[in-house]
Amino acid sequence: MSENEPLLSVQNLEKHFPVTKGLLKREVGAVKAVDGISFDVFKGETLGLVGESGCGKSTTGRLVTRLLEPTGGKVVFEGRDITHMGQGKLRPLRRDMQMIFQDPYSSLNPRHTVGAIVGAPFRIQGVKTENGTKKAVQDILEMVGLNPEHYNRYPHEFSGGQRQRIGIARTLALKPKLIIADEPVSALDVSIQAQVVNLLEDLQNELDLTYVVIAHDLSVVRHISDRVAVMYLGKIVEIADRKRLYTAPMHPYTNALLSAVPVPDPKARRDRDRIRLTGDVPSPLNPPPACRFHTRCWKAQEICKTVEPPLEELAGGHRVACHFPENAPVAATAEDATKA
Amino acid sequence: MSFLDVKDLRIHFPTDDGLVRAVDGLTFSLERGQTLGIVGESGSGKSVTSLGILGLHKGGRAKISGEIWLDGEELVGASAEAVRGLRGKKMAMIFQDPLSSMHPYYTVGHQIIEAYRIHHDVSKQVARKHAVDLLGRVGIPEPAKRVDSYPHEFSGGMRQRAMIAMALSCDPELLIADEPTTALDVTVQAQILDLMRDLQREFNSALIVITHDLGVVAELSDDILVMYGGKCIEYGKADDIFYQPEHPYTWGLLSSMPRLDRERTERLLPIKGSPPSLINVPPGCAFHPRCPYADRTDGRSSTEVPDLAPTERGHLVRCHMGRTERRTLWETEIKPVLETQ
Amino acid sequence: MLIVISMVTFGIFFVVPQWAGSTPEALASRYVGRAATPETVHLVAERLGFNDPIVVQYGRFLKGIFVGAEYDYGAGVEQCPAPCLGYSFISGQPVWPDLLDRMPVTFSLAIGAALLWVVFGVSVGVLSALRRGSFFDRLSMGTALAGVSLPIFFTGMVSLVVFSYGLGWTPPGGAWTDLTENPAQWAYNLLLPWITLAFLFAATYARLTRAGMLETMGEDYIRTARAKGLREREVVVKHGLRAALTPILTLFGIDFGLLIGGAILTETTYTLPGLGQFAILAIRNQDLPQVMGVVLFAAGFVVVASFVVDLLYAVVDPRVRLS
Repeated sequence: MSENEPLLSVQNLEKHFPVTKGLLKREVGAVKAVDGISFDVFKGETLGLVGESGCGKSTTGRLVTRLLEPTGGKVVFEGRDITHMGQGKLRPLRRDMQMIFQDPYSSLNPRHTVGAIVGAPFRIQGVKTENGTKKAVQDILEMVGLNPEHYNRYPHEFSGGQRQRIGIARTLALKPKLIIADEPVSALDVSIQAQVVNLLEDLQNELDLTYVVIAHDLSVVRHISDRVAVMYLGKIVEIADRKRLYTAPMHPYTNALLSAVPVPDPKARRDRDRIRLTGDVPSPLNPPPACRFHTRCWKAQEICKTVEPPLEELAGGHRVACHFPENAPVAATAEDATKA
Repeated sequence: MSFLDVKDLRIHFPTDDGLVRAVDGLTFSLERGQTLGIVGESGSGKSVTSLGILGLHKGGRAKISGEIWLDGEELVGASAEAVRGLRGKKMAMIFQDPLSSMHPYYTVGHQIIEAYRIHHDVSKQVARKHAVDLLGRVGIPEPAKRVDSYPHEFSGGMRQRAMIAMALSCDPELLIADEPTTALDVTVQAQILDLMRDLQREFNSALIVITHDLGVVAELSDDILVMYGGKCIEYGKADDIFYQPEHPYTWGLLSSMPRLDRERTERLLPIKGSPPSLINVPPGCAFHPRCPYADRTDGRSSTEVPDLAPTERGHLVRCHMGRTERRTLWETEIKPVLETQ
Repeated sequence: MLIVISMVTFGIFFVVPQWAGSTPEALASRYVGRAATPETVHLVAERLGFNDPIVVQYGRFLKGIFVGAEYDYGAGVEQCPAPCLGYSFISGQPVWPDLLDRMPVTFSLAIGAALLWVVFGVSVGVLSALRRGSFFDRLSMGTALAGVSLPIFFTGMVSLVVFSYGLGWTPPGGAWTDLTENPAQWAYNLLLPWITLAFLFAATYARLTRAGMLETMGEDYIRTARAKGLREREVVVKHGLRAALTPILTLFGIDFGLLIGGAILTETTYTLPGLGQFAILAIRNQDLPQVMGVVLFAAGFVVVASFVVDLLYAVVDPRVRLS
C-alpha cells in the first residue's frame, strides 16, 4: 500500500432506514441517516466527525465498521471493498478495525472480569500469544494506565474514567490499525476527559494508530483531530484540516456551531458577537430539499432551496458544500457565484 | 440579609455503607436579578443542594440541617406543607432532561395549567390562556396549537422551552436550573442560554445554575461556587474564579478542558485520579489525593479540613496553602500555562 | 385472530379425532346414540357431512356460527339458528341457548370479583409502595404471597368450611339468585365466591401495582410534579398511579376475558351454575359440541377483551397513538 493511498475510503456512503406504517408494514418513507458521504482517512491521522444529534455521525461509524449494513455507496479498507463482505470474511478484518463506545459502563459486561473482557478478542480471534493471554492482557492494562493487578476485578469496581480505559484496552488487544471512537469522552467528568484524550493521543503515537473520532464537542474534536468533517442531516457540509476549519470556516453551519459553543471566559460573553440559529435541527425523516441547512441559514437565497450545493474543494484540502461560503478565497467565491 | 441566604447547609443520608455527606456545610447568598453558578463534577453534591433548597431531597431518611432563608422565611425548619406552598410559586426548578422530566401521558399545556392552578385559584380557561401566553414567551411557535401537544411530539429544544415555561408559570422569584442544557445540541443550547438570560432580566428573579460545564457558567453567572466532595472549595465573583482562582482544583478544571477561544495546545493538563464518591470522601482536604501541591501543607492535607477563608481579593477559598503561596503559584505556574492555551 | 381460534377449535374437535383413527361413522354415532344400527349411523354421517373434505366441513361450521344451520337427521329438518354451535350429545339441546343461560352467573361472579380485586389490589399495592419496608408493606406483601400461591380450591374450601358451615355467615355453595329477582340475595349468595376469587387476583395485582409504583415514583417527572408544589396525594394519584396502572390495564383485560370464559375452579368449588361448571360437565360427559362451544366462547372473549385493552391503551398512553 503506498503512502498516498488512504487506509479507509468512504465513497457515497448511504444508510436509509425504512419507515413503516400500519399492520402491513407498508413503507411510507425512509430516514436518510447517512445520505451519500465521502471521505478518506490516511494512516496515522485522526479524522474528527462532528455534528448535532440526527446528523448521522454515529451511523457513519457503525457503517464503516460494518455493524450496520450500508444501503448504498462503498467502504474501502486498505484497498479492499468491504461494503458487502460477509461476516466470515469480515472476521479477520475486525482485528484491524475496532470501535470505542460512549458509555463505558453499558458496553462492558458486568459479569465478566476485566481480564476476561480485555482478553476476549484474543479468544474470539483465536490468537496465540507468547507468554499466554494473561500476560498480554496485563501488558495492555498497563499501557492504558490501569493497574495490571486489577486483572480479576469487575467493571463496577472501577470509576467512569477507568472503565473507559478498560474499553480502550479491549480495542487495543489485537493491535488494530483503525479505531473508530464514538463519543469516547462525553460521558466522563471534565477532569477525566483530559486524561482519556491524552491517553488516546499517546497510544496513537506509540502504536501508530489511525482514528476516526465521532463527537459533538467541538473543542474536544479540535484538540484531537488532524482533519475535521462537519455533518448536518446525513451530509458532510464541510471538511478541512483542523486549523483551516477552526480559524476560517466556510460553511455557515460550521460558523454557527463554533459560535454557539459557550466559552469559559466571562468577559468574552460580553464582547462576543454571536451567530444565533433559530429552531432545532429538522427531522432526518423529512429533511429540507436542496441545501438542507437553508431553513436555518441566515444567508439562504432562492437557489439554496432548489439546487443542492456540491461538496467542492475551494482551497487546499478544504471542501465545503455551500452556495455562499464564508472566508472563501476570492477566486473561489467568484467562480461559485458565476456557477450559481 | 439577602434574598436567598443559605447557611451551613448539611444534607446527610444514612445508607447501609455508611453516612453519605452529600452536602456538608454550604453557605452562600443570592440577590434578586443575580445568577449563581454552582460548578462541580459527579458526586460533588451540587444537585442535592438544589433539591435540598426546594425540600425535595429524598425521603425522610435524609437529615438536613443548617438554615435556608428565602426572602426572610426559614425553610429548613418549616413544615412540609409550608415549603410545598412555596415550591413552584416562589421557587421553581428546571431539570436536565426535559423528556423524562415531563409526564409522558399529559399534554404540555395540561402540565403547565396544572402548575399554575396549584397556586392560583382560576378557571381552566384562564390558566390555559396563561399557558399559551407562556409558551409564546419562551419562543415556541404557534403556541395556541402546541399547547395540546404531548412532550414526545416536541423536539429536545422545544421541550426544554416548555419546561422553562412551566417553571415560570407562577413568576417564581428563585429559579434553579440543574444542568439545563446538558441534554441539548450546541446550537440549541445557545438558544436556551440566551432565553434564560433574557427571561431572568424580564422577571428579575434570582437564578441558580448548576452545571459541570465551565462554559455555561461563564455565560450566565455573576457569582460562582465550586463544589468538591460535598463542600464548597472556592466561591466568589465570576471574574475572580475565572481570572484569579486560588484553589488547585479550580486550576485543574480550567487547565484540563480544551478551549476553542485559545490556541490549541499539544497536550491537555488533566487532574490525576477521579472525583471521590460521596460515600468515601477522603479525610482532611477532600481534594488532597489528586492535588499536585498536597505535599506543601506539612501533612495537614490528609488530616485537617481546611477552612473556607477569604483571599486578598475577598473571595473564599478552602485550601491549606497560604495566600501568598497560592498567589505565587497562580502567577508563576498556572496562569502562564493557561494563557498560552 | 378470531378466525385462527375458530380454525384451531374446529381442528381439535373435528380433524384431530379423524387423524387419531376415528371414522366418520364413529363421530356420527355420538350423535345418534349407541343403539342405532350401522345403517343409520352411516346415513347420519353422510347427512352431517363427515365424509366431505375438511375445507367444506369447516365452511359449514363457520356458516353455522354466522348464519345458522339446518340439520337433516332423516326424520325431518331441524333449524339451528345462528350462532349455531351444534347440539349437545347428551340432552340433544342446541349448545348456544345453554351457554346463554349460564352466562349471567359467570358474568356476575367475574364482574363482582374484578371490582373487588382491582380496588383492593391496587390500593394495597399503592400503599405498600408508598410505605415501603413498613409493617403494613411486609404484612400485605406476605398476604399477597399467600394469595398468589394458595390454589383457589383450597382457599374456597377453607372459606366455605369456616364462614358457611362454621359461622353460618354466608350461604352454603350452590346458592344462586338472579340479580333481577332479588339483588340483595344475589349479592349475599355471591359474596364468598367473590372474595375468594378476588383474593387470588388481588394478590397478583397488589404485587404488580407495588412494583410499578416503586418504579414510577422514582421517575424524573414525579420530581417535576413535586417541584411544581403539587400536594403529595395528587403527585401519587395523578402522576404516579396514572403511569403505573398502564401495564395493569393490559393484565386486567386478559384476566377478565379469561374469567368470563369460566371461572372453572371457583364455580366448581361453590357449585355455581356458570360457564366453568358447564365446561367441566361437558368434558366429563365427552359432550364435544358443548365443550367446543365453551372453548370458542371463552377464546372469543379473551380476544375481544385484549382488543378493548389495546384501544384503551391508546387512550391512556398518548405515545402509542402515533406509532
